[in-house]
Amino acid sequence: MTMAIEVNCETGAVTERPLTPEEIAANEAAVAQAAAAAHEAEVKAAEDAEAKATLLTKLGITADEAKLLLA
Amino acid sequence: MANTYTLISSNTLSSSAASVTFSAIPSTYTDLVLWASHRVDVGVRVNDQLTLRFESSGANTNHSHTQLSGNGASAASSRVSSNYAITIDEGTVGPGATSNTFATSQFYIPSYTSSANKPVSIDNATETNATTAWRIGSAGLWRNASAISTIIIANNGNFVAGSSFYLYGINNS
Repeated sequence: MTMAIEVNCETGAVTERPLTPEEIAANEAAVAQAAAAAHEAEVKAAEDAEAKATLLTKLGITADEAKLLLA
Repeated sequence: MANTYTLISSNTLSSSAASVTFSAIPSTYTDLVLWASHRVDVGVRVNDQLTLRFESSGANTNHSHTQLSGNGASAASSRVSSNYAITIDEGTVGPGATSNTFATSQFYIPSYTSSANKPVSIDNATETNATTAWRIGSAGLWRNASAISTIIIANNGNFVAGSSFYLYGINNS
């Protein structure tokens, strides 16, 4: 059984109890939300890289040449 | 500059636990700082995720954070807004890390009784006998007007025995 430790700072009492379904759901939801954000960031990075490559092709220059232009 | 640094409460796990909660935190300090040394039992991973939240229900998506990470070979950054908890990727060590190594975290929470949103500054270092280990700096935020009276630190599995958590109160006068 998955246990939770709760320390009451007022009384000093330490309680060990099973995680509630709500606590399990809260942690799973947080992890899922973070994973979704990471996936979204990866997709955006891939889209940006593709757009950059397309633009370089359209301009007929390399990435290094583009850097020179912007320097 | 803080001129007091008072231990409010601490816990060293004698057996594994999925989360550690500090409840009924007194509102008599200016800032809070939580020091933690932790290792988890998730799969075979070297590093795994750490979560921190400030409300028991976990039902509200009012936590967010921005993270910068480096492990000596690569660097990464990430941002998660409107989440149920602050989630620190690679913030702790798992069974894939060298035996008996632990990660260290410091969570600094200034003005935790303020009616404004609560920022939290987070520093993490992982330990393992390998060529890379993560050093992570994060800026977190809890969007809530209430004073912080509960801190819950958790992960994707269980913190192992020997993991320790120390909550301090700091006064600026």
